[in-house]
Amino acid sequence: MRSWRLASRAVAVYRATQTTGSALRPLPSTVLPSQIQNQDGVCRPMSTALLMHRDKPGNSVKDDWDFSPENTKRVKEILSNYPKNYKQSASIPLLDLAQQQHGGWIPVQAMNRIAQIIGVAPIRVYEVATFYSMFNRQPVGKYHLMVCGTTPCMLCGSREIEDALLKHLGVTRGEVTTDGLFSVGEMECMGCCVNAPMIVVADYSKGSEGYSYNYYEDLTPKRVVELVQELRQGKTPKWGTQNPKRINCGPEGGNTTLLTTPKPPVCRDLDAC
Amino acid sequence: MATASGRRSAKLLQRIATLTPRLKPRPAVGACGWNPKSLQFWRCLHHGGDGVLLVPDVGRERKTSGSRQLASEGGRLPSSVLGGLRYATSAALPAVGAKVAKAEEMIEVSVDGQSVQIPKGMTVLQACELVGVSIPRFCYHSRLSIAGNCRMCLVEVEKTPKPVASCAMPALPGMKIKTDTPLCKKAREGVMEFLLLNHPLDCPICDQGGECDLQDQSMVFGSDRGRFTETKRTVLDKNLGPLVKTIMTRCIQCTRCVRFAKEIAGVEDLGVLGRGGSEEIGTYVENLMTSELSGNVIDVCPVGALTSKPYAFTARSWELKSTESIDVTDAVGSNIRVDSRGPEVMRILPRLHEEVNEEWISDKARFSYDGLKRQRLSEPMIRRPDGRLEAVSWHDALEAVAEAAHRVKPEEMAGIAGKLSDAESLMALKDFLNKMGCERIWSEGDGKSANVDMRSSFLLNTGIASLEYADLCLLVGTQLRWEAPLVNARLRKAVRSSRAKVASIGPPTDLNYPHQHLGTGSETLIRIAEGRHPFCAEFGRAERPAVIVGSGLLEHSDKSAVMAAVEMIVKHGNVVRDDWNGFNTILLNAAQAGARDLGLVQGARAGNKEIKFLYLLGADELTPADIPADSFVVYQGHHGDRSAYRADVILPGTVYTEKEGTYENTEGRTQQTSPAVPTVGDSRDDWKIIRALSEIAGVRLPYDTANGLRTRMLAVSPNLLRIDDLEPPSDFSFTLKNQFPSTVALSSFPKAVENFYMTDSITRASRTMAQCTAAFFGKRE
Repeated sequence: MRSWRLASRAVAVYRATQTTGSALRPLPSTVLPSQIQNQDGVCRPMSTALLMHRDKPGNSVKDDWDFSPENTKRVKEILSNYPKNYKQSASIPLLDLAQQQHGGWIPVQAMNRIAQIIGVAPIRVYEVATFYSMFNRQPVGKYHLMVCGTTPCMLCGSREIEDALLKHLGVTRGEVTTDGLFSVGEMECMGCCVNAPMIVVADYSKGSEGYSYNYYEDLTPKRVVELVQELRQGKTPKWGTQNPKRINCGPEGGNTTLLTTPKPPVCRDLDAC
Repeated sequence: MATASGRRSAKLLQRIATLTPRLKPRPAVGACGWNPKSLQFWRCLHHGGDGVLLVPDVGRERKTSGSRQLASEGGRLPSSVLGGLRYATSAALPAVGAKVAKAEEMIEVSVDGQSVQIPKGMTVLQACELVGVSIPRFCYHSRLSIAGNCRMCLVEVEKTPKPVASCAMPALPGMKIKTDTPLCKKAREGVMEFLLLNHPLDCPICDQGGECDLQDQSMVFGSDRGRFTETKRTVLDKNLGPLVKTIMTRCIQCTRCVRFAKEIAGVEDLGVLGRGGSEEIGTYVENLMTSELSGNVIDVCPVGALTSKPYAFTARSWELKSTESIDVTDAVGSNIRVDSRGPEVMRILPRLHEEVNEEWISDKARFSYDGLKRQRLSEPMIRRPDGRLEAVSWHDALEAVAEAAHRVKPEEMAGIAGKLSDAESLMALKDFLNKMGCERIWSEGDGKSANVDMRSSFLLNTGIASLEYADLCLLVGTQLRWEAPLVNARLRKAVRSSRAKVASIGPPTDLNYPHQHLGTGSETLIRIAEGRHPFCAEFGRAERPAVIVGSGLLEHSDKSAVMAAVEMIVKHGNVVRDDWNGFNTILLNAAQAGARDLGLVQGARAGNKEIKFLYLLGADELTPADIPADSFVVYQGHHGDRSAYRADVILPGTVYTEKEGTYENTEGRTQQTSPAVPTVGDSRDDWKIIRALSEIAGVRLPYDTANGLRTRMLAVSPNLLRIDDLEPPSDFSFTLKNQFPSTVALSSFPKAVENFYMTDSITRASRTMAQCTAAFFGKRE
């Protein structure tokens, strides 16, 4: 009896992995992001890339890397925000700055340089950089498009948005287009659930000076392709909701509530006390 | 220190404690422990009613009032009470930076309805431990910082909405802690289910199987099935070098290894990478764990993620016989457990000794055991005229030695004791050669003119444990990290806990804590001795300054001048006082302290004639130039190492895992090894060989048993019979010199240890140590 139960359980598990179960299966970390095939949702890995550095041309521990002269000034400014004995607090802003400077991703030598600046062991910086999925440790396109994949966006069609993007660009997730302009990644909730689905466009084309990080909300698969085309032409589409009938996060067709000034709450008459 | 009345009263107190009816085990009256968080000792003084009174240990200054006898845990005081506190005044101690709980800072909490008095600052988990309630845990380790990330230690606290992680929650006054409620059980079962989600079910092939925390605790809190039907994650294994094997899929991310590496070993290589379900432990860049203490991560790992590479798949833990012993690969005398199966040593693990090695051992101590099985001398041998060594009977070999010894004059004989010799064989060797009329005896590493007049001139007087209390340390001619890794770990503790300043003179060393490198040789030393160096001011500011002199200096060509300079620093720096003795020498070899106590130095009638008969008791550090070509060399030892190639007669002895030998460590603590495995081939205990030889040579030594020999040792150096006792060194401040010879050679101090992994015949025979040398040695200066 028991073995039969176990067997039927095993069959159920097998079926689940063949259909929907595997959709959320995390991949072994040995799989490189570029190897990940997005075949109609067969596997949707976490946004984390390989948690290990491997020397490659352009990202080697033998490279030299330093902040540009302008950014060195900004490094000083950032460090001045923190007490001298807590310099390591600057690791996130410095990683961000390094990422902006380096075209949207952080090579290992940049992390080592940051560790040197804030006076900690390099591993402490690697820990931070691997923890936050906003830090890319592999090259990305000049426009890094991050699709929100969290529940509300997913229910409103983020998978279709991503599929449209990937199909239009002809890339897989984590891959950079041959012209080096675009790459697509996934992000967790960015707080725009009311305008779901949404993507973020991190624009590294203008260096750390002209860096922008814009939200594009209320997307449709058609609109997101238009966005990409506009970006390719060098335009900056208007950020925010892409639904012309909405203003910011207000409802379509104007407000339905709070049409008049609400009545203040009833308070005790303090003078009567 | 021991008084009869103190002992009696302690016994009485214990008897009262045992007679008191109680529901749960409580700390015995007199029991004491170490609170790592508040860096203080507690001691149970009283069981009153339903409660237990625990007070911070103030027995440090009451050294004569019987506080020592109160320590009922194996008669052993907690860390440092013996060592530092021997010298320290109440004003100076407890430790700097430590929060001292006064009696009024005791708080009362209740654990499972039993009230207990605990010092403020203890965690809920520690409070439970005191009452004898053990809390399951993975990430909590008493010697590491608190992480609170495994959640296994959840307990219920009254009036809290959720179970709390007891390891990270400070106990607050009046807290009502419950550890045996359904909520606790459910919480722990839930945590266990989560921990097992991604843990592979490979216990049958896991080296940790049988001694695995996760395995044990899943027997209590685990279910026989899980609700997780997804694929388990897999994690890429990391290469941490030839010692630590990683199977990272088994990791439960307790981060003990990360904290150990950062806090104890001082190598920040390991980190937590990624987050959530894909979190893993790693080095990110390809990085071997270059630490001399790296093997300890195997012990701190509660699962089989980090296991021993040399031990992999060689034995199961339940097949092993454990023998408590002492490590002899350095002079620290780390307490070890030798795990053997049949005639083979399968592994070596540390054993807790708060005053010596805490619960760590160096990689050399842990992994050199494969050297015990290789290159062994198993039969007596005589070199034939054609140069070949031929196996002979014991009688023939001993007769050949006796005959050769009688052929030469006593002044032409010499005896050298090796690094690993136990006190018994040292005593026998000295007695034998003296009876032959030879006084030319010395011990390796001491040079030919060791200063043995005052014990305090060659011991680590501060004591290993009390070194934690030093606030300034000057290292002279020592690469402490490689010479005595665990002494270095103590110093690192002092640097971490109280920001002790460390400066070094000598070869630049990669010490794993911040330090100042003042210079490379005698020039800097003399400038400090003469007060012409900015560093002198530090001595004025320090409360408990320490100076550690390396063994490399003992063989320095200008030894007396250098030592005189050190003594001047000691004198002017106020390093030796009534309440604090900060003058230390770090010895390199396990045999060294014992040899000096037994007086293995050249006698007055040693003479200076060319050596014609050389008796080597495991002495392997000689170069061919040291041995005259026409001399007769007897090599008594256990390994076919350097000197065996030159020997005319080989007498096979035993290694430390095969004999009961007495060793004195660098702080003067006498400890004994225990035989764990049988001897190899025809080899014999070293002292027995010398005893037999003496009979054949016609100078019969007057002892036939180990006890007889020890009685003889008692006459020479009684402290060598007081096992695990620290004989306080005598005061020697009056002998300190005030000036040094006008001519001092300005030279750099030599390195005493060239390769940490290969320092003696056992480690040189070890394959693992050879792999370590290949992997790590290139990286070191």
